Amino acid sequence: MMDLILFGVFPYVAMTLAIAVGFYRYCFDRYSYSSQSSQFLESRTLFWGSVPWHYAILLILSAHLLAFLFPSLWGSLLGAPGRLYLLEITGIALGVVTTIAMLVLLLRRASNARVNVVTTTIDWVLLISLLLQVITGVYIAITMRWGGFWYVHTVTPWLWSLVSFSPKIDFLVNMPFVVKLHAVNAFFLVALFPFSRLVHVVSIPLAYVTRPYQLVIWYRQRNNQL
Amino acid sequence: MNIRAQVSSVFHLDKCIGCHTCSIACKNLWTDRKGVEYMWWNNVETKPGTGYPTQWEDQQHHQGGWQKKGNDLQLRMGSKGASLGRIFHNPDLPTMDDYYEPFTFKYQDLTNAPAGDDQPTARPVSMVSGKPIKIESGPNWDDDLSGSNIYAANDPGVLQLSEKEQQQMFAIEKMVMFYLPRICNHCLNAACVAACPSGAIYKRGEDGIVLINQDKCRGWRMCVSACPYKKTYYGWTSGKSEKCIHCYPRLEVGEAPACFHSCVGRIRYLGVLLYDADRIEDVAKLEDTELAAAQRDMILDPFDPRVQEEALKCGIAAEVLEAAQKSPTYKFVKEWGIALPLHPEYRTLPMLFYVPPLLPVISKETLNVQKLADDFFTSLEKARLPLKYLAGLFSGGNEEEIKAVYRKLIAVRIQRRNTTVGDMSAEEAQKARDIAGVDSDMIEAIFRMTTITSIKERIVIPPMLREQAIEAGMDTETYKQEMGFGKRQPPKRRW
Repeated sequence: MMDLILFGVFPYVAMTLAIAVGFYRYCFDRYSYSSQSSQFLESRTLFWGSVPWHYAILLILSAHLLAFLFPSLWGSLLGAPGRLYLLEITGIALGVVTTIAMLVLLLRRASNARVNVVTTTIDWVLLISLLLQVITGVYIAITMRWGGFWYVHTVTPWLWSLVSFSPKIDFLVNMPFVVKLHAVNAFFLVALFPFSRLVHVVSIPLAYVTRPYQLVIWYRQRNNQL
Repeated sequence: MNIRAQVSSVFHLDKCIGCHTCSIACKNLWTDRKGVEYMWWNNVETKPGTGYPTQWEDQQHHQGGWQKKGNDLQLRMGSKGASLGRIFHNPDLPTMDDYYEPFTFKYQDLTNAPAGDDQPTARPVSMVSGKPIKIESGPNWDDDLSGSNIYAANDPGVLQLSEKEQQQMFAIEKMVMFYLPRICNHCLNAACVAACPSGAIYKRGEDGIVLINQDKCRGWRMCVSACPYKKTYYGWTSGKSEKCIHCYPRLEVGEAPACFHSCVGRIRYLGVLLYDADRIEDVAKLEDTELAAAQRDMILDPFDPRVQEEALKCGIAAEVLEAAQKSPTYKFVKEWGIALPLHPEYRTLPMLFYVPPLLPVISKETLNVQKLADDFFTSLEKARLPLKYLAGLFSGGNEEEIKAVYRKLIAVRIQRRNTTVGDMSAEEAQKARDIAGVDSDMIEAIFRMTTITSIKERIVIPPMLREQAIEAGMDTETYKQEMGFGKRQPPKRRW
């Protein structure tokens, strides 16, 4: 029963919260849709936390996403041992980087008096879940070889079963505890997304690249529109 | 031609007494909230000095403004792509320590301390962390310290002078200083607008005021580092950037901005300038020394019938055109040519102009009487404050620009001296006018505007046509039932 709740129901709850609350917050409190940077209060340590964290986690997340969206492509990518080793080693290295970076970020929030002032309870919940997520991830990658392979045959079908609204929780029920924890915590983070600073992940300013440098806004219609 | 109107300002530095009333008026009105205590949208600096934030003029360090990259204009911070690549940590962002950590004192300790032998003290505490701090800097920390070897000697403008010139500046009894009040320049080629990844910063088409949309701002902080004048600030509790709004809510009801209204020395002038927006990019690409003149050239004559016709076609209201004709800034900048932009070499085309300070440079002492020197135009080069320093501030290093301004200002002084004191002859006044290339009428006009004008002549606010703005967005009847700035929630993070 617990398994069903955790692997069959909770993901839906998390996704619903993420979409509904995220949408609500975007529509009614767009003002708060940011990461609320604390770089202004402390910059040096942040560099050693934020930069490695973001780049490493982006790469790791895209690997997870790739293996979920294109399992056959992913499978053939890992087909040769050379490529498999390379990918696994890169993954573990990036995982270690994220763990260290997250520790740096946590310590910074705890130790710097100024940054501590702008830190709320939900920030701590978020940072600790993220730390838990990367630690379990690295642990899984090191102890349960080869994650790149078995992910495609266990997690990918589980996720697709969720997508098709016929959850097959058997894929996860027989997994070791850490993997379950990693999976549930992942959806916990999804649920946390609309309530925390994590909302900044959907405010990537890509439009900046194509827009002209200067922005002029008129409140009257000009006679000769440019 | 693409004519636009801009509410622009002129600050007359000879009249600034450094009283900071403008800063206080602004602070009381806009930045007395938590998280913005350290912000001074209006501040008054002592020059030579390092300014606020410390050494803001050092663009090698702060990377503000634009630079020429081949034939293109690029933010000094880097290209758009590079900027996005540094979005997780902005290496050019000044931190709170570059401004100062706001502080208060534990005044309660004075009254709550138990009786004892010692006088109770009020310890300073940080307004950020609430913990006791050692105050190491504060607003106007280097006020009036232009002789100091910490502040004045580290002025980026002073550092560009030769060793000899520096020694000359800091010689005992030759020390010199002036005040430089600064607000947002509401630039034509604003670097903050260009740097904002979210597109939250914009220039208002009708009046050219640069504003940050607080709902669109995602707190990426690129504007703070891009603005070479460091006039956008990061609110550390709200996670949003804020800047001078030119008191637009006051302008819209015909009131002068708070800093203008409260100015004790009456140094501030406000008026509309018309300019050709199609020329912005070309002008911004010119050589450093050409920029001040080219920017003046961009400004159009509101009395020219051709300009008037074009302006009406471009959607500028007739009332605004009328205000442009009365604009004191047009007179200072274009007609008289005695006001220059601050650091035009940043290439943002700032629309706040300064009349450089004449300073007590050209006087000499004979028989214990201070007199103006015999020949002003040779003594100008030997000025107490090197022209090179002033050229570095107001004309991108072009000393001829500064000289031209000073010749006119000197001509005004001599002519008025002739009229009121009578110890300078009419021939001398004529000679000064000839060298400056101005006529007697212009001198009287400059004199009048600088001294005895009323607020209505100094501050000519164009009709902001707010009613048209409201009609464009919503039903006027609905609007009547509302109040405030159109925000229904306090600007406070609830998540």
